Amino acid sequence: MYTPEEIVETYEMLSLQHLNIRTITVGINLLGCLDKDPNRLKRNIYTKVVETALRLNKAVKEVEAKYGVEIVNKRIAVTPIAILLEPFAEESDASKIGLELATALDNAAEDGGIDYIGGYSALVHKGFTKGDLTLIQSISEVLSSTNRVCSCVNIASTRTGINVDAALKMGEVIKKTSELTADRKGVGCAKLVTFANAPEDNPFMPGAYHGLGEPEVSVNVGISGPAVIRAIVEKNQDLDLRQLADLVKRTAFKVTRVGELLGREVAKLMDVQFSTVDLSLAPTPKQGESIANILEAMGLERCGAPGTTAALMLLTDAVKKGGSMATTFVGGLSGAFIPVSEDAGMVEAVRAGALNLEKLEAMTAVCSAGLDMIAVPGDTPAETLAGIILDEAAICVSNDKPGGVRIIPVPHAKAGEYVDFGGLLGSTVVMEVSRFRSDRFVRRGGQIPAPIHSFRG
Amino acid sequence: MPDERAVVTVIGADKVGIVAAISKVLAENNVNILDLTSSKVRDFFVMIMLIDISNSRVSLEKLKELLGAEAAKIGVQVAVQHENIFRYMHRV
Repeated sequence: MYTPEEIVETYEMLSLQHLNIRTITVGINLLGCLDKDPNRLKRNIYTKVVETALRLNKAVKEVEAKYGVEIVNKRIAVTPIAILLEPFAEESDASKIGLELATALDNAAEDGGIDYIGGYSALVHKGFTKGDLTLIQSISEVLSSTNRVCSCVNIASTRTGINVDAALKMGEVIKKTSELTADRKGVGCAKLVTFANAPEDNPFMPGAYHGLGEPEVSVNVGISGPAVIRAIVEKNQDLDLRQLADLVKRTAFKVTRVGELLGREVAKLMDVQFSTVDLSLAPTPKQGESIANILEAMGLERCGAPGTTAALMLLTDAVKKGGSMATTFVGGLSGAFIPVSEDAGMVEAVRAGALNLEKLEAMTAVCSAGLDMIAVPGDTPAETLAGIILDEAAICVSNDKPGGVRIIPVPHAKAGEYVDFGGLLGSTVVMEVSRFRSDRFVRRGGQIPAPIHSFRG
Repeated sequence: MPDERAVVTVIGADKVGIVAAISKVLAENNVNILDLTSSKVRDFFVMIMLIDISNSRVSLEKLKELLGAEAAKIGVQVAVQHENIFRYMHRV
């Protein structure tokens, strides 16, 4: 039997602290859909996605009822679409075919009851194939004309270094996406991330895709829980940081166990392999669901104050330690997310002048997702965006960690203005970007070589 | 069928008949009570039951609904969750 304390703790976490599963993301291999006829390819993709989506929805409903735990998002990740575009890459209407495949994915997600579908992706960390170039060329149009399709382009890895040409291309793609969705404050960019060391089993959007090392179908889980962690940090003001780290670790264990349990059950009901739990703490704009507020509960006046990077390192590490013990396989990004607009505490810190782009960049060195959901002035040049991407990629490549840049140049907006993207994407303050130019550096192009980490073979 | 267990948590203002009302619903649906603890925390009555649902006449979801309706009648809150979630969270 369980002690009343244990029962009440679980009850509190689930009902008062909104502990839920942020996402169950099913990865599916689309290579079996390949066909020389684009129409047949589209049909194959649509059918496969809808069929998986319906099975996922049925399983999720059953598991939610059994445990009384909400599974907030149901998502699908597919084989990078750049690969499926290879056979058409030399045709004059190749980009159009890309757009048609994206539309098929979008329709399938909608008809199958899926929140987001990831994998309009290319992996270009060492160079471009023809399919990659076709895909990158079509991203802006895809993101402005579909609702649920997400795109991620991996431009760097610890093994290969950083593809600078790709960083510049992505700077341009971000600008164009913002312009094409200007009527919605450039929100198309919220579905686009430029990655370094992109994991193949990431359950979180927009970075999710089904990597080539993955099985036919995989189930990956993204947990939640900032409110649970914040509550215990707040309650325990007298603990020193060693004791606090231990407490966070123990709590992260419990949070992750819920993800492991529900993920396993969903996979079992779908009769597919359960893959990984992503240990990331993911905030939402809801009151209390903020990473910034956890750091503040640790004793910082505002997120961004000196000591913030250290506090975030403690938090991320404790979550990883507790989480690793709780799940058989750890996957995805696994750390803490610091998406500005999706975290009310972060927005507040920016508004108060406590948090700027440079401090956020420093923070990304010790957590996982990178520079996420950052609004910048609409007139930020593509080369400056590329410079920001290169800096983030350098941090990730040097630290051998995943991370990306999801940045939104808000058309016509100036630094300090308030923008509301709506729903889960939240609202934020447009951040100031350095006015000093990076053009000549970025336009040199080429590849920044991989760093030496040691002389191991 | 292997043991399928769930945890029933009842919280509310203390009054006559809470245990009777909840156990009546369980008995009617062939659900066995394996363990029961109750205590009064300040003015609240807190009862925790471990139940065996492997021979239950209704699904866990339906049982939850029936208990919820009964609890509403006597003015208490009830939560029903499969035991696995407690085992996963609190046992290494």
